[in-house]
Amino acid sequence: MKEKKREMEKVYGRPRLRKDLPLMYCPGCHYGIITSLVAEVIEELGIEGNTIGVSSVGCTFVTTQYFDLDFIDSAHGRSPAVATGIKHAHFGKPIVFTMQGDGDLAAIGMGCIINAINRFEKITTIFLNNAIYGTTGGQLAPTTLLGQKTTTTPNGRDPESAGFPIHIAEFFSNLKGISYSARCAVNTPANYNKARKSLKTAFQKQVDGVGYSIVEFLSACPGSWKLSPKDAMKRIADEMIPEYPLGEFKNVDNIT
Amino acid sequence: MTERILTTGNEAIGYGAIYAGCRHFFGYPITPQNQCTEFFARELPKVGGVFVQSESETASINMVYGAAGAGVRAMTSTASVGFSLMQEGISHIAMAELPCVVVDVQRGGPGMGTTQTAQMDYFQVTKGGGHGGYRNIVLAPDSVQECFDFIQLAFFLADKYRNLVFVLSDGIIAEMAESIELKTLEFDPLPEKDWALTGKAQRGGNRNFISCSNLLKRPTRDGLKALGDKYHEIEANEVRHERYMIDDADFILVAYGSSSRTSKEAVDMARAEGLKVGLIRPITLWPFPQETIKGLTSQAGRFLVIEDGLEQMVEDVRSAVEGKAQVHFLGGIARHEPGPGGMIFPDRIFEEVKRLI
Ligand SMILES: Cc1ncc(C[n+]2csc(CCOP(=O)(O)OP(=O)(O)O)c2C)c(N)n1
Ligand code: SF4
Repeated sequence: MKEKKREMEKVYGRPRLRKDLPLMYCPGCHYGIITSLVAEVIEELGIEGNTIGVSSVGCTFVTTQYFDLDFIDSAHGRSPAVATGIKHAHFGKPIVFTMQGDGDLAAIGMGCIINAINRFEKITTIFLNNAIYGTTGGQLAPTTLLGQKTTTTPNGRDPESAGFPIHIAEFFSNLKGISYSARCAVNTPANYNKARKSLKTAFQKQVDGVGYSIVEFLSACPGSWKLSPKDAMKRIADEMIPEYPLGEFKNVDNIT
Repeated sequence: MTERILTTGNEAIGYGAIYAGCRHFFGYPITPQNQCTEFFARELPKVGGVFVQSESETASINMVYGAAGAGVRAMTSTASVGFSLMQEGISHIAMAELPCVVVDVQRGGPGMGTTQTAQMDYFQVTKGGGHGGYRNIVLAPDSVQECFDFIQLAFFLADKYRNLVFVLSDGIIAEMAESIELKTLEFDPLPEKDWALTGKAQRGGNRNFISCSNLLKRPTRDGLKALGDKYHEIEANEVRHERYMIDDADFILVAYGSSSRTSKEAVDMARAEGLKVGLIRPITLWPFPQETIKGLTSQAGRFLVIEDGLEQMVEDVRSAVEGKAQVHFLGGIARHEPGPGGMIFPDRIFEEVKRLI
């Protein structure tokens, strides 16, 4: 009997620019989804041959291994300066992006990124806001929610001693050098699709030389939140999004 | 015909960089190196280069890290206080093994210290001010001409070894003006920078990855061995020093940078009185001319180290003589006046020589 081979159409798979490596993130971590999304968008824009990634310190460090792109890692919080050096080395030609966690970007590296934006660098930053220091085991971050328990706020974040959650996407939208600032999440298919669009716009702004662009992602960190992947996902919807509304805060085609 | 110009040490650094093909400078203002940064801001755009004023020395050194990673000749310059701020980046550059050039124009004291000249960064520059026990080549010019030449040499050595090279100047060398010859120095051919980040399209789709992390680069033990082997190779090949009136000397001065200029005059004074005094001037402070100094203990029983600050290089001289000679020290407290503008004059050095002899 002749066997009939059933042809199946492949509708989704690992993005070509995401290397086929074992998963190094905790189960339920959103960094993996976001990494794939970035890889997909770069592929779609056809800029992979000319794109250089910069990671800082944190779990973003692992992303350097997944991207099939030229990559460099750097000291904690300094990736916007490193990206500046790369961009200028090739006289503005390459597409350069940084991957930064919330401790990296909003604590130790805050001065670095604000000055890169204010110098009107044409760089794109993927900001992974998981409201905690993931790598070091769950300490307070500038974006930690009020009342959120971390290993350095064991009774929950109290503004009297630990200040307030900082809203980077809104804050940076006030800087003149920013062409695009948005906050996204990947907790639902609808949010995932919006995030994809935002990422694409952010990279397009750099391709068009408009200005600095940033996409903030609300990212689940089951590992350091000490929650199950399901409960971590729930926290994104119930606690993170109410504090950090999703949306575009700036989107301009021309900065003068 | 080569061109001659009258210029300062600070600006000669700039000319040297342009002659070396450096088109990328990242810097932050600080006295006494401001004219250096300003030179690049003024001159680099004229030759198609890029000048970026950073928001801090922390940022400058990380910009240099990025630009060097992208495969171009990039540098920064600073003075002591700013050099401290660069230590984090310097340590990361050491791990990533990127060819970078950093100029430190020394000023006085720990902390904010003074804005005036001194030689007080020796430990930090030669022993590694950041974490991890890395090594950087240190070139110490003693003239404006050498500022020009050593920047070219620095870029060559940086590319040759994929290592950081420091040019250690000081307030006097930086601000004095001398006539110099502008000419491109010839060096051996260098390997291609096929590791650089240029976008993978340049390499038929194969990605390059640069890391300042031992975790990702290679196994720790292999990494340590490779770094150690490189440092030993530099120690074996790159020691440079100048000998002045050494052949028959039984009393030897050791000084670098501006102090070696005044020490030379002191040698001349001593020779005029028939004293057999000579000078060893370390040109590379790392690798240090340890063997040379050790060898000289067979002819000289006394060494006098002149450093415009507190005792630092003298420790390396003591270690080099291995107890076979006496090592004396003349430092910042021998300056001609108590304020920050003081200097150790040649007659003061000569007086010390006579006292010791
Ligand atoms: C100068 C410096 N200080 C501290 C650390 C230790 N450290 C490593 S990762 C990290 C926190 C990173 O947190 P975040 O940026 O939020 O990224 P995440 O781990 O959540 O991805 C810290 C403090 C370091 N590597 N360097
Ligand atoms: S610690 Fe958090 S951010 Fe890091 S891999 Fe685990 S879940 Fe992801």
